Amino acid sequence: MKYIKQFFIILAFSLAGELTHYLVPLPVPASIYGLVYLVIALKSGRLACQSIEGAGDFLVEIMPLMFVPAGVGLMASWGALRSVLVPVCVITAVSTVLVFAVTGKLAQWLLTRSEVKSHE
Amino acid sequence: MSEFSALSAYLPLALCIGFYLLGIWLKKKLHNDLCNPLLISILLCMAFLALTGMDYEVFAAGAKPLSTLLTPATICLALPLYRQWHYLQKHTGAILCAAAAGVLTSLGCVLVLSALFGLEHNVYVTLLPKSITTAIGMGLAEELGGIVTITVAVIVVTGILGNLFATTLCRWFGITHPVAKGLAIGTSAHAVGTAKAMELGEVEGAISSLAIVIAGLLTVVGASVFAQFV
Repeated sequence: MKYIKQFFIILAFSLAGELTHYLVPLPVPASIYGLVYLVIALKSGRLACQSIEGAGDFLVEIMPLMFVPAGVGLMASWGALRSVLVPVCVITAVSTVLVFAVTGKLAQWLLTRSEVKSHE
Repeated sequence: MSEFSALSAYLPLALCIGFYLLGIWLKKKLHNDLCNPLLISILLCMAFLALTGMDYEVFAAGAKPLSTLLTPATICLALPLYRQWHYLQKHTGAILCAAAAGVLTSLGCVLVLSALFGLEHNVYVTLLPKSITTAIGMGLAEELGGIVTITVAVIVVTGILGNLFATTLCRWFGITHPVAKGLAIGTSAHAVGTAKAMELGEVEGAISSLAIVIAGLLTVVGASVFAQFV
């Protein structure tokens, strides 16, 4: 019973996100609106963490599994991909590593600097 | 047998979950980062489809319940975000700066390499949203006039790369701060990477899911500008 209620609350936020996505003409997905709404609800104290925690943490835990169908979908787009395969692979690999390095390094530097400062 | 695989309503779901479990078991046995349950499940499902001649459409229809849960699950990333709120408050400036730098790097890198390879405009804009979550990326590619199926493929591969190599890349570049790890993973490899960040720790996971949102929104703005360049 508890989980049904929790799942229903989560669905309500999904629905609210979907509705916003439908009404606002921006390429922002429903999930991002829903995420923002849920953070607001939790932060403002209108919704207690406990009232969605069980079902919510379960969904977050099994999230990688939900990407399997999309990954297998690579097979379906193979036809369109074949002619630009090499540049697309190089760009994907290089930019992923570069973005990772730049973001992580900069954050690391900013964070350690601010932490050293706050110790002084 | 092939008739059964074309008709069965539960086979695709059983394949996804069964191969995923096999991946978890292999990872425990071999202690190797490359034994990633997500990757193993995808590859084995592909192999199964190729060997049995099962139609991708049939597979996708059967595996639909998993994709349907993706939006509610993404929304539930609000939970780790809420629990780790004090980290956000403390490091707002650093988080925004690093995510913005990451987005610019991504767009700039795609621009430079596309120019080097002499790619056409429609392929270039197809690749611009590669580091952000599929849902935003698809919409953006469509808006810019790209080839949406390739965008999805590239986004998924980017996510899997990030998921696979997150630990290795952190070690290579000396990224040790949990907030910095989360930012690097979420900005470069969106939700698929975030799944890995959640395994590393709740701080990493929370910051990574925040980075998806920030990077996604910044990319929407940035890509519209960068789309003018090639």
